[in-house]
Parts: sequence; structure tokens; C-alpha cells
Amino acid sequence: MVFNIVLYGLAGSLLAVSLAKDKKKSKMALKKAWKAFENILPQFLAILLLIGLMLAVLTPQAISSVIGHESGWAGMLLAAGIGSVTLIPGFVAFPLAAALLSNGAGIAQIAVFISTLMMVGVVTLPVEMKYFGKRAALTRNALALVMATVVALIMGVILR
Amino acid sequence: MKQDNSNSLEQNKPSRQIDSAKPPMPGAGKKKQSLLRRYAMFLILAVVYVIVMIAAPDIGVKAIGLTWDNILEMLLILPPVFVLLGLLDVWVPREVMIRLTGPGSGLKGIIIALMLGSLAAGPLYAAFPVAGIMLKKGTKISNIMIFVGAWSTTKIPLLLFEASSLGSSFMLLRFALNIPVIFLMAWLVEKSLSAEDIKAVYKQAEAEVS
Repeated sequence: MVFNIVLYGLAGSLLAVSLAKDKKKSKMALKKAWKAFENILPQFLAILLLIGLMLAVLTPQAISSVIGHESGWAGMLLAAGIGSVTLIPGFVAFPLAAALLSNGAGIAQIAVFISTLMMVGVVTLPVEMKYFGKRAALTRNALALVMATVVALIMGVILR
Repeated sequence: MKQDNSNSLEQNKPSRQIDSAKPPMPGAGKKKQSLLRRYAMFLILAVVYVIVMIAAPDIGVKAIGLTWDNILEMLLILPPVFVLLGLLDVWVPREVMIRLTGPGSGLKGIIIALMLGSLAAGPLYAAFPVAGIMLKKGTKISNIMIFVGAWSTTKIPLLLFEASSLGSSFMLLRFALNIPVIFLMAWLVEKSLSAEDIKAVYKQAEAEVS
């Protein structure tokens, strides 16, 4: 919340400086901002609908039943899969992960879930491809999946 | 709401078509898409929602609630992000961006990309339009990947929250492991792309953001 205020403060004050310096340029900046937003809005809305549906199905209970107690490698894979496909905001994901941990999920499973959640975005791939192209976007996501797994395995060993 | 969008879209079209008339770039075809085509995925999902509402009302209601929360979050975070993006586009000349983060920017470019990403707010999908502007201004691919990597995993406000819910040892270890991973990924992505691939990325960003 504090961060949102900082973000608005920053955008607001920079816009004020911009307005003071050059009205026409500022107007152009706002126009560009709107155009960029309008351009990507359909994808954003689709993503949000998809996320809503997924989160409604994948309740904490459902997630914990598959990556919970002694789920081992299968659990790792499932955790990576769920983390890659879903897009849960951090302020929901961390408490969820904490709850899963206290319910007996393994550290490595939780770490891979958190890491893939953050780095891999299957749902957002269309948006990513729109800006980076297919090749770069797919490469980034594939690498992120591998790296997230490696990081999680190391964390699982160290934090055990 | 949608009516407004269609109007502004029509106005945007002529200027965009000048760009897309030149080379056959991957993003070019999308510019001519009708409103219906652009919102096709959204409409399909809306139909899915209707079906879910009929078949499993409890899940449907929950999904709509969750979507609504996310839309509110999006509407809260995105305006300042896009205003900053617009200001960046107008005020920071290409030469400056290239000098700071382009080829040959070295450590300085890496640090700037890392800082920009870490200080960011909002979900990862909000990072892509910003990255698009940076690409358009001549930022190096590896620095773009560092920016996206930092935005996804080392956002400072999120780290604090992570420490409070999962413990600081979890957060610190993940952070320490992820920093080299971000660099490694950036390097690998850049290495894996051919000169033509990279050219295509810049063209695509140019077509998408202009």
C-alpha cells in the first residue's frame, strides 16, 4: 500500500515537472501512455479472467493436496506446473505458501512453486511474445522453468 | 466503454499503418485487427464464465469475485506505471537510453536494469510494455532480460512481504540464488538468439509500442 502511494507520488510529481517544462510534450506522453494501455488491454482482461477461473478451481486445499506431505518428485513437478501456469499476486501467494508449509508441504516444493510463479508465465506468454517475439519469450520461460527448479532444489537441501 | 476504445483505435490506425507498411514484421498484421478480433480471447473467456456460472455456480461466483479483485488491483497499479512509461518515451531520448543501457553500457547498464526492475510495482505482465519502450529506445536484450528478471523476482516491496510470511532465511536464500540466475538467464537468452532474431525483437517492439 505504501508502495502504491510512492508509485503514484513519483508518477504525479514527474508529470507535474513535465507539465511545467513542456505542456505539449506532456500531453503527448499521456497520449502515448493511453495508447500503450489500450493496445494491451484486451490481453490484460483475458489474463485476468483466466486467473480468476484458475484460482477459483485451485483452492489452497486443492494445491496442498497435490504438493503436500511427502509428495517428492511428483510434487515438485506439480508445484512447478501450478506455479508456471497460474498467476497469483505475491500478497496472496506468500501467505498461501506459508500455510502450505505449515500444513506439511516440502520446502523444495514451495520454493519451486514460488519461483515458477514469479519467473514463468504461461498465461502471460501471448503478451510477452507480443513485445519480445516468440523465440525470445519462449526461451526466457523455458530457462526460467529450469532455473527455478535448480534454485528450489538447492533451497530444499540448505533449508531442510 | 468499448465504444470509446473503438473510436480511439480508429484514430490510431492511419499513423500505425505507415509503420507497418514497410517490412513484413511479425507484429505488423496485428495492427489491422478489428476490435472483435482483439477482444476475441476475452469474449471466449466471458462465454466460459457464463457456462461455469450455469454448470457450477459456486465456482463461477468465486471466479468473478477473484477477477474483480484483480481488475481493481490492475486499475490501481497500472495508471502510474503507464504514465511513467509515457513520460519515459517522451523525455528520455534514444541516445541517452542507448548510452545508459544499450550495447556497450556494461556494468552501468546492468545496474540500471536491475534497479529499474527491483523498484517496480505490479504484476509481471505490466513489465512487458515498459520493456517494449526500453527496447524501442535501444536497450540491450540482456539488459531487458535483467529488467524483467528483477521485476519478477527481486521486487523490493515483495521481498519484505516474503520475509514476513516465509521467514527471512527463505527470502534471503531465494534472493541470493536468484541474482546470479537473473544474470545467467539474461546472458543465455541473448546468446541463444541469432542476429536476425534480435533484429526481429527490436522490430516487433517498435511496431508494438510506437
